[in-house]
Amino acid sequence: MLSLTLLFIPLAASLLLLFSRGGLSRNLALVLTLVQLGFTAYAYTVFNAEGAVPFDFLRNWSAKPFINVHFSMDGMSLLMVILTNLLLPLIVLSGYNREIERPHIFYSLMLFMQFALNGVFIAFDGFIYYIFWELALIPIYFISFNWGGQNRTQVTLKFFIYTLAGSLLMLFAFLFLYNGTPTHSLDWAVLISNKACACNQTWLFWLFFIAFAIKIPIVPFHTWQPDTYKTAPTQGTMLLSGIMLKMGTYSLIRWLIPVVPEGVKEWQYIAIGLSVAGIVYASIIAIMQSDLKRLLAYSSIAHVGLISAGIFAMNLTGMQGSLIQMFAHGINVVGLFFCADIIFNRTQNPNVEGLGGIRLVAPKFATWFMVIILGSVALPLTNGFVGEFMLLFGVYEYNTWLSVFAGLTIILGAVYMLRMYQKVVLGEPIMENMVFPDLYWNEKVVLISIGILIFFFGIFPNTIIELTEPFLKTITK
Amino acid sequence: MNELVEHGNPQNWYLVLSTILFSIGVMGVLFRRNGLIILMCVELMLNSVNLLLVSFSAYSGNTEGQVFVFFIMVVAAAEVAVGLALLVSIYRNLASTDINILSKLKW
Amino acid sequence: MDNFINLTQLITPASLIPLFPLLGFFITALFGKQLKHFSGWFASAMILLSFGLALHLFLNLPANQSLNFNLFNWIKWGNINLAFGFLIDPLSLVMLLVVTGIGFLIHLYSIGYMHHDEGFSRFFSYLNLFIFFMLLLVMGNSYLIMFIGWEGVGLCSYLLIGFWFKNDSYNDAAKKAFIMNRVGDLGFLIGMFFMLFYLGGLDFETVNANAINYPAGSSLLVAITLLLFVGAMGKSAQIPLYTWLPDAMAGPTPVSALIHAATMVTAGIYMIARSNLIFALAPFTMEVVMWVGVITSIFAAIIGIKQTDIKKVLAYSTVSQLGLMFAALGIGAFESGMFHVVTHAFFKALLFLGAGSVIHAMGGEQDMRYMGGLGKYIRITWLTFLIGTLAISGIFPFAGFFSKDEILAASFGANKTVWILLSISSMMTVFYMFRLFFLTFSKSFRGTEEQKHHLHESPWTMTLPLIVLAIFSVGAGFLGMPAVMSSTHYFSQYLAPVFEGSKSLITEHHHADHGTELMLIGIALSAAAISIGLAWSFYVSKNQIPEDEPQGLSKWVANKFYIDELYNTIIVKPIMVISDILFVLVDKLVVDLIVMAAAWIVGFTGRTLRLVQTGNTGFYIFAMVIGMMVLMFIQLVY
Repeated sequence: MLSLTLLFIPLAASLLLLFSRGGLSRNLALVLTLVQLGFTAYAYTVFNAEGAVPFDFLRNWSAKPFINVHFSMDGMSLLMVILTNLLLPLIVLSGYNREIERPHIFYSLMLFMQFALNGVFIAFDGFIYYIFWELALIPIYFISFNWGGQNRTQVTLKFFIYTLAGSLLMLFAFLFLYNGTPTHSLDWAVLISNKACACNQTWLFWLFFIAFAIKIPIVPFHTWQPDTYKTAPTQGTMLLSGIMLKMGTYSLIRWLIPVVPEGVKEWQYIAIGLSVAGIVYASIIAIMQSDLKRLLAYSSIAHVGLISAGIFAMNLTGMQGSLIQMFAHGINVVGLFFCADIIFNRTQNPNVEGLGGIRLVAPKFATWFMVIILGSVALPLTNGFVGEFMLLFGVYEYNTWLSVFAGLTIILGAVYMLRMYQKVVLGEPIMENMVFPDLYWNEKVVLISIGILIFFFGIFPNTIIELTEPFLKTITK
Repeated sequence: MNELVEHGNPQNWYLVLSTILFSIGVMGVLFRRNGLIILMCVELMLNSVNLLLVSFSAYSGNTEGQVFVFFIMVVAAAEVAVGLALLVSIYRNLASTDINILSKLKW
Repeated sequence: MDNFINLTQLITPASLIPLFPLLGFFITALFGKQLKHFSGWFASAMILLSFGLALHLFLNLPANQSLNFNLFNWIKWGNINLAFGFLIDPLSLVMLLVVTGIGFLIHLYSIGYMHHDEGFSRFFSYLNLFIFFMLLLVMGNSYLIMFIGWEGVGLCSYLLIGFWFKNDSYNDAAKKAFIMNRVGDLGFLIGMFFMLFYLGGLDFETVNANAINYPAGSSLLVAITLLLFVGAMGKSAQIPLYTWLPDAMAGPTPVSALIHAATMVTAGIYMIARSNLIFALAPFTMEVVMWVGVITSIFAAIIGIKQTDIKKVLAYSTVSQLGLMFAALGIGAFESGMFHVVTHAFFKALLFLGAGSVIHAMGGEQDMRYMGGLGKYIRITWLTFLIGTLAISGIFPFAGFFSKDEILAASFGANKTVWILLSISSMMTVFYMFRLFFLTFSKSFRGTEEQKHHLHESPWTMTLPLIVLAIFSVGAGFLGMPAVMSSTHYFSQYLAPVFEGSKSLITEHHHADHGTELMLIGIALSAAAISIGLAWSFYVSKNQIPEDEPQGLSKWVANKFYIDELYNTIIVKPIMVISDILFVLVDKLVVDLIVMAAAWIVGFTGRTLRLVQTGNTGFYIFAMVIGMMVLMFIQLVY
């Protein structure tokens, strides 16, 4: 029943928010996301004490086609649930001093998104999982469409159709699976035990892979992403990059690899090749980007490229690293986009060029921005390092040269991040009459929490490893 | 044709008649421009089908076909009612029932 | 049993050593505004405490023993456990003392030097953070902990080079340092993967224990050591990754002294000395290390001759000296390399701080062409600087003499070509150092009146470190006297347990007999004397001043052989162009076009097919009838 409560709180909160107005909405949203966070913490203690049993929820929904409503929990799910529910209060808080029209709808959609994301991460039946997967797309579409920036109609439509097309492929994959499984079931436990599914694993692999590759996004399925990140309101971008991306990488480990093991093994080299090529490709593009949010978008492509490369290396190291890095990247990228938002909000300048001198007037902001960048360029003792170390080692176990190539990310990452930081924050101010107040209280809370998380998981990555290792061991066996 | 009628089943007469009626209806629909006449041609086609249904019903000795004819007649009546109403309003607006004028709804 | 208790008692002080600077970092960073200038004293006190603890360990660690302990499991997955732990042995103790000792003196110096800077507290927080990471680097009991420090000092170097962040060229220098170091770090990282995969761990004990199972010269060990050496090249500024170090002089002078002369840049040498066993098992790598060191040493010395910025000269001198140390390591004379690290730390820190004192007196001027005759105005600086110059020149009995002589003697035994090249490099070192000294302190003042009026000796916080360092620059050499002068070489005796494993593997070059040794000393000293004489004749007798626009060969040298420009043209610019091309041509045109083409095809089909909707009812009916006939026909045929 705990699973249902995890879903119920944000859903009820989302409905409740529709009846609030004005300033009340954001306060209510913050309180409700904090309630959900508190409940997640409780769930964590329960999981540690009693395992998955209290989370199991299994009811038959329909006999033909045979569909179960199946929610459960394991280490990986819990990690992603924690990430989601940890980031949501920060994302809500980050919008506190922003003018948002119709805030009740905005925050309601956001909490609805939280509901859907939680659902994706705890669904253990393919059909239910698919429903939540699609459900998560709806609120983010409306958020970007109604509160986005320039060109939002076109960009959001592209994003929506592109990801929807991916989902369609996944639906086909599930149909194949359903028909190919002797017992006609999409239950996760059945699917992974039933590796002798009569279906053609190559087809299954490609259907799933492209669906997830679009969401992640792996180059060359990424072109929706930079525009969407740029156009969506920053809270939307945070949701997209911080959590929604992770739906894709999570699904690789949850659905693709255990369910289609033969197919993955056969096409592993292409998947990992695309991922690694994408790292270098996106990193190089990021170097010369003039738009700050777009630069961060490309850096994000590079980072998730490494995550998926680690996953497709199909060894414990790579997968463990990918989970650590998913968590770390979720935190860091939210921080980065928040910093970009703070800059844009104060200067109305979306470009890297033409800024500068912020360090002089807002030293606190500059410091925390630096901390987040350090996490992002994987400095040891920050969360990014442990993830990248294990990911690169995972790729190394697969192929040495590939890991050298993928390792270029630690050089190129430093290049584009420091170049951006120098142009934006350091130097003398270029803009005339730049009014740049240092951090407000809510910004301070968000950035400091992120900073603490960056160092905490950099120094104690074992908290994540201990949570997820039992599950990963069953997968990699 | 003779051969068909002389050596064949008497049922064939109905078949031939029905086919002729249906073809006249189709031709009328295709080549006339007056909406009213097209509507009548449609009726002709429906009735040719009715004829066929009744004849087959009699031939095979069950009543299903005849029951179906009643359905068709009811539907046809409703259709004519709607169709004529449309035509009347078209005529009121355009002072004509020429369907070639009605080409606003394109692309 | 007695020893056991003794060792465990040392764990607490050992783990406290890096904690003090970390505490100092947090306090000065968080309460810098409230502490004002007290933060400098506080930060220095933290380092002094660490120094005290290091001294405590040094005095109490039993000989031939080392303290190796894990604090907690940092990353643990599968059957791999990467623990966070420290190793205290003679090698790390030497480095600990150097880092905290010189670190403290430089902290003290900075209180005077940075007094008027608005970022006073920030400066000290960065310095403390640097010491923290440097301590992790030298204390770590595994390559991974070393790597934490390794990257951490790189970060602090970045922060401190770009300390005056308003100036964009300083920021460029900082960024360059960080990125070049990252290139090396990638090598280090991949090297660690090899070790983790084949040697079953990253802690020194496991690595060494498993490495000896491989035959000497096995490709695995060569690969590992070469990759580690790439890391060392980045951090210790060797060809081809050296260009960041001269630029790094953009930072405040104490930073140049502490980070870019005494401690951080020697990390590469420390790392190789620490990995002496696997390096000794890879003769090919040793060869590479040696030649890279020799070439760097000469190359940097040549460039140093023509520089006019006082700090740039010292920077190239540092690169050159580091090359000398690598050459020593490459020969297999690990103790000699480490010995030079220590003496170099003293006299190079002294020289940088002296240069800082000069710059302080000159009110920020760094160009030697506008100095001259300063000896009269700043006596303490003049005297200590002279000691430093003599020490780096290897004049008896200053510290540089002993360590340099040891390296030269070792190279004479190993490879005569190397010995000749290193001697030439030493000669050039003597020349440019005395050129620097004469241009700065001798003859008459060439600056403006305003500057002349401003000339003054520095406060005691600045001169005291100079004096202390000068004393060590004189005295440190006696720790390791050549066999001809003393029967005990304290330094190598102390470090002997660390290099025990590799000693048997290095082809023992027969120890030079006393006669040869004396001959070598004679050659080195007379070469130095010739160089001093040359410098004297050029810059004192003939009173030459480096011209503003040198011609011919010296133009190349003065412009550092255009290496920076070369890197710019063949690496930086192409990457920028590729970035633009990838974005505009590949990403926007090709990849996105495929996506947009899919959308366009759908749109086009719709646009075309809608033309069927003519609006002509007759046509619709006609099409319908035709359609039905076609369907019927198909039904009939099939």
